[in-house]
Amino acid sequence: MNRISTIVIAVLICMSFNSACANEQDFITLSSTTSTDNSGLLDYLIPKFKEKTGINVRVVAVGTGRALLLGERGDVDLLLVHHKTSETKFVENGFGIERRNVMYNDYVIVGPKQDPANIKNVKNTIEALKLIYDQATPFVSRGDDSGTHKKELELWSQAGVDIQQYSGTWYREAGASMGATLNIANEMSAYTLTDRGTWLSFKNRDDLILLFENDPPLFNQYGVILVNPERHPHIKYNEAKLFSNWLTSSEGQQAIAEFSLQGQQLFFPNSGQNIAASEAK
Amino acid sequence: MNDISQAFAKAIQLITQLDANLLEIVSLSMRVSLTSVLIASLIGLPLGAALALYKFPGRGFFVVLLNAFMGLPPVVVGLIVYLMLSRSGPLGVLGLLFTPTAMIIAQTCLITPIIAALARQTIMDANVEYHEQLRALGAKSFRIMKTLLWETKYSLLTSVFAGFGRATAEVGAVLIVGGNINHATRVMTTAIALETRKGDIELALALGIILIVISLILTTIVMNIRDAAYKYYN
Amino acid sequence: MHNVSTLPLHINHLHVTRKGNLLLCDIDYSIDTAGVTVILGPNGAGKSLLLQVAHGLVAPDEGDLKWNTLSPHPQQSWRAFVFQKPVLLRRSVRANLGYVLSLHKVEKSKHHELIEEALEQTGLAKLAERNARVLSGGEQQRLSIARAWVLKPKVILLDEPTAELDPAGTAAVECLIETIAQQDTKILMTTHDLGQARRLASDILFLHQGRLVEFSPAQNFFQQPQTEAAQKFIAGKLLNGGQKK
Repeated sequence: MNRISTIVIAVLICMSFNSACANEQDFITLSSTTSTDNSGLLDYLIPKFKEKTGINVRVVAVGTGRALLLGERGDVDLLLVHHKTSETKFVENGFGIERRNVMYNDYVIVGPKQDPANIKNVKNTIEALKLIYDQATPFVSRGDDSGTHKKELELWSQAGVDIQQYSGTWYREAGASMGATLNIANEMSAYTLTDRGTWLSFKNRDDLILLFENDPPLFNQYGVILVNPERHPHIKYNEAKLFSNWLTSSEGQQAIAEFSLQGQQLFFPNSGQNIAASEAK
Repeated sequence: MNDISQAFAKAIQLITQLDANLLEIVSLSMRVSLTSVLIASLIGLPLGAALALYKFPGRGFFVVLLNAFMGLPPVVVGLIVYLMLSRSGPLGVLGLLFTPTAMIIAQTCLITPIIAALARQTIMDANVEYHEQLRALGAKSFRIMKTLLWETKYSLLTSVFAGFGRATAEVGAVLIVGGNINHATRVMTTAIALETRKGDIELALALGIILIVISLILTTIVMNIRDAAYKYYN
Repeated sequence: MHNVSTLPLHINHLHVTRKGNLLLCDIDYSIDTAGVTVILGPNGAGKSLLLQVAHGLVAPDEGDLKWNTLSPHPQQSWRAFVFQKPVLLRRSVRANLGYVLSLHKVEKSKHHELIEEALEQTGLAKLAERNARVLSGGEQQRLSIARAWVLKPKVILLDEPTAELDPAGTAAVECLIETIAQQDTKILMTTHDLGQARRLASDILFLHQGRLVEFSPAQNFFQQPQTEAAQKFIAGKLLNGGQKK
C-alpha cells in the first residue's frame, strides 16, 4: 500500500509541476502562419507587446488553412494569416470578427541558378509561370492548403494552367511547410513560390537563387482576425483585442517596419492606409 | 560529412554554453516524456500482466488490438487527442490544448500499448515458470500478478524504456496537440522539425545529436542496471 | 498455529482423466497414520498427480479427496507443497520465507521468529541474506522445504523432492524430512527411488498404471509384497506400460 501511495503522489507532483508551468502567466494564443513565425517577426514583436501589457502571446505556427480551422474550433484567441479570400469567408461564416489589415510582404519565385525555364528576365508573374509550364521544369508546391499554396494555385489559374493534371510529373506537391518545401526544391533543382521572409531566413540554399520578384500579383496581405467570442465564450477576447489593437496602432506598425532580416525590410505595415491599390493589383 | 562535423561543433557549443533556450527545451522534453512514461507504465504494466494472466471473453481481440496499436502513427494519435481536447471537442472545457499536459496525454496514449504489449509477453514467459509454484504456495491470481510484476521488474524496465524511447523520439503527436509554442510547448523533436523547416540544418542536427546523446546516456544507465541485476540473480 | 484436524485423509473412488487418458483410476483409500507415507511406483504411475489432487491443484473428475472433512485448496496454510524443482523468487533466502508468511497474512510481528526458526531447522541460517537463485540445487530444495515449514503446517506434500539432487543434497533433504516428520507433521511424498522409500517410509502406497495396487506398512511392503507388480518393482525389474490408456 505504501508503495502505491508513493507512486500516486509522484504522479500528482509530476502533473502539478507540468500544469503549474503551463499557467505561469497571462497569455493569449495566436495561430499564425509558418512564414511569419519562421521569419522571426513575431519573436521581435511579442516581447514589445508583452513589455507594454504584461500579456504573453503564444504562437502556434501552422499553414493558413489549419490556422483558420484552429480559430473555427475555438482553439486559439486570434489569427494572423494571409489569404484574404479565406479570411473574408471565415468572418462571413461567423467564426471571426473585426478583421483588419496589418501589413503585407511579397512572394518571390526562386529556382536553380541555371534557370532552365529562363524566367529571370520576364516581365510578369504569369509569363514566368507559363515558361515553367512550357518547359515542364520541376516546380515544388507547398500542397498543404496554406496561404502560400492558395496564392500559388490562384496564380496558376490566372496563367490558364490546369495545374492539378500535372501533379506527380513536373509539378510536385510537397504537403509541407515553406522551409521544408525550399529544402525539397533545393534537392530537386526545382522552382518554387515562397514568401520573401522565409526565403531570406532560409539557410540551406546551395544552388537556389531568387529569380523573380516585385510584381503586384505577388503582394501578400496579412490580416488579423479575432475569434468570435459569441461562438466560443471561453476565448480571451479582451486580451486578444489588445494585441490586435496594438498591431494596428502606430506603435505596432512602426515595430513591424523596423523589423529587418539581412538588412532588408520584410513586412510593410498598412493598417492605416486604404490598401485598395495593392489589393486590386 | 562537412555538415555533420559542423553540426557536432554546434552541438558541443550549445552544450558547453548551457544555452538557456536549449536547457528549457531539453528539460520540457524530459518532463513530458518521463511523466508520460510514468503514467503509461502505471496503466500498461498491470494491463499487460492482466492480459497475460486472466482469461476473459474478447481477450484475443484485445491482444491483437494492443499489438496493432504498438505501431500507431504518432500523427494519428495526435489528431485524435487534438479532436478530444479541442475547444469544440468533448474535453474542450478543460482548456488543455497547447499545454504540456496535452502532450503528456498524447504520448501516454502512444506508448501505453507498447509498454502493455511488451509487459504481457514478459509476464507470460515468467508465468510459465512461476504459475504452478505460486499457486501451490497459496497465492491468488491478483497476488500472482503482483509477484510476477515484481519478479520481472528488470525485464519490464526494458519495456518501459522502449516506451520512453518512442516518447522522446516522436514528433507528430506533440506537434499537433502542443503546437510547438516557443517557451511553452517546444520540445526537442518539434524544435528539430522547426529548424529543419527553416533550413537551419546545422542547428537541427545539433539538437538531434543532443537528443541521441541523452538517449545514449539513459540507455547505458538502464542497461547497466539490467546487467547488474542479471548477474546478481543468475 | 492451526486448529484443524487433517487426518485421516479420505480418498473416495478418485478418477482423473486428461485428454481422454484415465490417469488416476478409482483410487479408494484412507490414511490415518502419522509419519511418512510414501507414494511409490514407476514413472507415469500417477504419483505426482495424486499428490496434486491432495493439495487441491488438480480437481478430480470423479470421486473426491478430503483431509478429514476438508476439501483441499492451495490457499490452506495448514498444508504445504514442495515441488521436484522448486521455483524460488528473485530475492534473498529470508525474503523468500517472508513472502509466504505475508501471503498467508501472518502477523508481521511474528515473521522474524518464524523465519529464524525455519532457517535454523533447515540449516540455512548462514545463507539467509544470499540471493535464493544462486544457491546450489540442494540448498534450493532445502529452502523450498523451509518455505513449506515456516508456516508450521500439519501436512507437507513433497513431489520427488530429491530427484534432481546429488547424493549429498539428497541426504540433507532426507534428514530434513525425518526431522519434520518427528515433529508431528504428516509427510506425504512421492518417489520412484526404492532406497529412499526404504529409508523414510512408515507406510507405502504403491501405484501402477494409475491404480492403487498395494498399500501396507513399509516393512510389510518390502518383505512381503502382495502383488506381482510390486514384487517386480522391488526386485528392480521393468514394469511394462507406464501409462494406462
